[in-house]
Amino acid sequence: MSTSTTDALMGYDEVIERFDPVMGLEVHVELGTATKMFCGCATTFGAEPNTQVCPVCLGLPGALPVVNAVGVESAIRIGLALNCQIAEWCRFARKNYFYPDMPKNFQTSQYDEPIAFNGFLDVELSDGSTYRVEIERAHMEEDTGKSLHVGGATGRIHGATHSLVDYNRAGIPLIEIVTKPMVGAGERAPEIARAYVATLRDLLKGLGVSDVKMEQGSMRCDVNLSLMAKGAEAFGTRSETKNVNSLRSVERAVRYEMCRHGALLAAGEKVVQETRHWHEDTGMTTAGREKSDAEDYRYFPEPDLVPVAPSREWVEELRAALPEPPAQRRKRLQTAYGFSDLEMRDVLNAGLLDLIEETVAAGGSPAAARKWWSGEIARRASAQGQDVPTYAAGLGLSPAAVVELEGMVTSGRLNDAMARQAWEGVLDGEGTPTQVADARGLQLNQDTGALEAAVDEVIAANPDVADKIRDGKVQAVGALIGQVMKAMKGQGDAAAARALILERLGQPS
Amino acid sequence: MAELTRADVEHLSRLARIDLSDVELDRMVGELGVILESVATVQQAPTDGVEAMSHPLPLANVARPDEVRASLTPQEALSGAPEVDEQRFSVPRILDQD
Ligand SMILES: [Zn+2]
Repeated sequence: MSTSTTDALMGYDEVIERFDPVMGLEVHVELGTATKMFCGCATTFGAEPNTQVCPVCLGLPGALPVVNAVGVESAIRIGLALNCQIAEWCRFARKNYFYPDMPKNFQTSQYDEPIAFNGFLDVELSDGSTYRVEIERAHMEEDTGKSLHVGGATGRIHGATHSLVDYNRAGIPLIEIVTKPMVGAGERAPEIARAYVATLRDLLKGLGVSDVKMEQGSMRCDVNLSLMAKGAEAFGTRSETKNVNSLRSVERAVRYEMCRHGALLAAGEKVVQETRHWHEDTGMTTAGREKSDAEDYRYFPEPDLVPVAPSREWVEELRAALPEPPAQRRKRLQTAYGFSDLEMRDVLNAGLLDLIEETVAAGGSPAAARKWWSGEIARRASAQGQDVPTYAAGLGLSPAAVVELEGMVTSGRLNDAMARQAWEGVLDGEGTPTQVADARGLQLNQDTGALEAAVDEVIAANPDVADKIRDGKVQAVGALIGQVMKAMKGQGDAAAARALILERLGQPS
Repeated sequence: MAELTRADVEHLSRLARIDLSDVELDRMVGELGVILESVATVQQAPTDGVEAMSHPLPLANVARPDEVRASLTPQEALSGAPEVDEQRFSVPRILDQD
């Protein structure tokens, strides 16, 4: 059934030439509530197996579920952040299926009455353009247990395989966010898929409703994909690739399925409507369950839970209290900080925006914050395979260090080269910028007599350059400053030298 | 109401993962058919002017605060398990599940 034969793949360019992809994404997010969706069991990640279970989440007879107030509130906030309408009245439904990962033999979910529907999320692509992903719905449900599959080698029953199930995760609140089919994405489909999941992750993080750790499974993505021949109007048969659990994999899985579908269709074969399993290591998908009667979930309204009917006043209160959307925040800060698009992209790619914002809040200038949190520290962080915020946190470095360093430059104690040395010392763990500068004897020469002597000497030695400056070619001053700094053995104040040279040659500084 | 067929019962038994022999299937078609017919008399109730409901109580918005309550001990939780291994419920593996 799930044998992993190698699929024939069509080249990506040919796929794009001959077909249009149609893509739908389903993202499951585990909420960060203290308790499960319908019972008071804790949701701590990594707890010993079956220590966070009770009659409700084990589906014991007679147990009565009651919905988690924070779960409902989070669902509404997510819906609002995704520009959805919020249902005035909705119910839970039982999704019936018989797998050991759900001890009740059904999953409590929502069916035809999701709490949020008809929204959108604008996604920025690498070329700076924006793609609007339409949201079909966001609904409340619960997570399943975790199965550990054990082979027949243990020999309890000859040749048998069995599953060991831990129900700690069963009942943890999930929000499932479903996009409408995306048509017309063309060759950008894989990039859009990745950008959508990344944007959604940032949004959910900003809402504080989930820790959105894809590697721990608190955010999981299913990719639905089909191809239609150019000019066709009906969608092709789709595959559903489950549990694609990193941003990079989302992009790769879309691309892989496009190439696989393309090869099948070109060979005159049919795409089977089935679940596919994504394999992170090989970057391939393999066949799973065929969609047949297993799809017959016989949904019906959950009689043990009463309807959820959020008042309009409450919904508006929650809307008013939403945090600024990440995309809007980025635009606002870029304008406030005067960063170019390129600078901003580098800042975002390096994950520096929070650090820069904190540094500015602590009294630093945006330019200095960007400068010191990039460069040397970025090189060291990447050598450790870390991003700058993680690396800085590991060193115990706070924004205050950058503010202090910048202050030492503006006060004239350090020039730029010295500040770099001081910063390296800080990164080497030698102390604060001041401590490093003191220990290393970093100090601009503030002896104005020495500076005046050096300036006069350099002007006398370069009469041609001096004449040019006298004639108003002020840009020639750079050559003289360099020589003054050299004469001062690198400890001169370049700004003071510039001012003095211009003054001596009768130019305004 | 459409009559229950043998194929319907086979389909349901597969969904419920209950193996039924041919004899049992034949018997179930008859027995389930009688049950459905009996329940179907409800459809004769006069419902004009009665709003559809999924719940007999006129209630909405019953929620509990997000506060942790004591769970069962693993021993209690596993006491009804068919088999236990590594503090987990041990059950036959369903092959198409991953
Ligand atoms: Zn529980």
